[in-house]
Amino acid sequence: MAIGVKVMQRPGNEASYVRATLKGMALTFRHLFQPKITMQYPEERSTETWTISPRWRGTHRMLTDEQGRSKCVACGLCPQICPANCIKLVPGEDEEGNRYPLIYEIDEFRCVFCGYCQEVCPEEAIHVGVHYENAEYERGRFVYDLERLSAQTHPVSSLWDPTDPRGE
Amino acid sequence: MTPELKGFLLVSVLKTVVVFTFVMLLVAYSTLLERWIAAWIQDRVGPNRAGPKGLLQPIADGIKNLLKEEVIPGGSNKVFFVFAPAISLMAALIIPLTIPWAAPFPLEFDWTLPLLGRFVHHGATPATVTVLPVGFLFVLAISSVGVYGIALGGWASNNKYSLLGGLRGTAQMVSYEVAMGLSLIPVLLLVGNVSFPEIVRAQQQGPIGWFVLPLALSAFMFLVSGFAETNRVPFDMPESESELVAGYHTEYSSMKFSAFMIAEFASMVTISMMFVTLFLGGWDIPFTHWDEAGGMRQFWATAVVFFVKCLFFLFLFMWVRWTLPRFRFDQLMALGWKVFIPMGLAYVIFIAIGLYVVEGPLGVTSPAARSGLLFLFNIPVLVYVFRVLDRGHLIRGSYTQRPAAAPRPARAA
Repeated sequence: MAIGVKVMQRPGNEASYVRATLKGMALTFRHLFQPKITMQYPEERSTETWTISPRWRGTHRMLTDEQGRSKCVACGLCPQICPANCIKLVPGEDEEGNRYPLIYEIDEFRCVFCGYCQEVCPEEAIHVGVHYENAEYERGRFVYDLERLSAQTHPVSSLWDPTDPRGE
Repeated sequence: MTPELKGFLLVSVLKTVVVFTFVMLLVAYSTLLERWIAAWIQDRVGPNRAGPKGLLQPIADGIKNLLKEEVIPGGSNKVFFVFAPAISLMAALIIPLTIPWAAPFPLEFDWTLPLLGRFVHHGATPATVTVLPVGFLFVLAISSVGVYGIALGGWASNNKYSLLGGLRGTAQMVSYEVAMGLSLIPVLLLVGNVSFPEIVRAQQQGPIGWFVLPLALSAFMFLVSGFAETNRVPFDMPESESELVAGYHTEYSSMKFSAFMIAEFASMVTISMMFVTLFLGGWDIPFTHWDEAGGMRQFWATAVVFFVKCLFFLFLFMWVRWTLPRFRFDQLMALGWKVFIPMGLAYVIFIAIGLYVVEGPLGVTSPAARSGLLFLFNIPVLVYVFRVLDRGHLIRGSYTQRPAAAPRPARAA
């Protein structure tokens, strides 16, 4: 033979067709009645066995103080550390010399949700949130400005705590 | 026209409408059932969004298919491209019209309608649109017409996958047509008639006169050939998604594709009805003769029984589909030509001899005893056939036998 044809050594006498078929049918029949573990998402957001992790890093949220002003002091650490370069910060200063952000925008499309901004923030102002429903009708809406970041109400991420690595 | 003829025409039209509607509904809902069973077998939930529990899913699918864009490929043969799904659909929808789906029911009316005149109908009406004297011969003939739909659809698309699918479909359906015909000859031997009402009547005798017992091997062959005829997994060669994109309906979109799907499901319904009628006593309720008395209550009860029997086979089709992998094409052909056709011929001879022995030397006349004795004769045959099938001596592929010199590697202990 010019080309090497590989002849498969098939199981001859040990093979079983009818029994194997019946076995398979029995197996699939059992599966018909097994409990389904599908979570019906829009109605059901968490079950007894599964809930979203408190460490989930989703879209951002800016915390505010008692007077409703943002806690941000425009120190510039978050745009500095941001690996995706998605935070735009223009600092301003009032008469008493308090710094505050004139413009604070996060482009959620560029963001890689690493959570460094929350980690680096000295005032615990910017946070990544436990939130995942972000659909919008236009691209422009994905640049969150300061007002929108402050208006978010979802819980903030607890991030990874090195002293409690397993979250216990 | 005489009032009697007009009454007959009216009743026939009404029965046609009822059967057609029923089959189309059953087809629509069997698509939903198929998806549910697929989901349940795979531990999923299945469609549950459209309407309560997902029960409006077929309607949503239908609307979607109607509104989708119709694409006719530029290089295709437009006439045949359009005709192919119509042929498939027509062939699949004709057969249910010949099958009796319930006991005959009494129907009396004498109406005078404006413009149309007088309609008269009296006496027992068979619960089938036509009582065909040629019975299952007609069914076999029409189900071969269905091949044209697949072959033409595959060829007219001007696409290599479609053509391959169409060719496979033709080869497979033509081969299994023979096996199916052979598996029905023993029924003919027992009944002496090919018409469906006669076959049902012949099965009503005795506690269980259903032919599935005395003709067990025939029933098995008919069922497997039915799977092949309807192109269902494990014999879905013409479609075989993993090899041929979608086979003969690769190029079809929108309602034409839908027509092919409806044809596939309708022929599934048809094969279920055929099996029930030929081997499971049709609308017969076992262990009782109450259902043969004739009357409205008997009509409804037997219709429900028939429906339940059909549903079981629809379920079986789906159950098998989501269990078994696809056969290889040469294995499929080997099973058809090398196993079923010789087996069918041998079984015809076997049943003929069996009948001769039972009715001649043994002198048994009661149909129940005849069925029982034939079933006893069947047991060794069944054991032998299933043993051989199980060992795979017959459905080996085309690689013939293993080289004699090559010693089989020792199996791990």
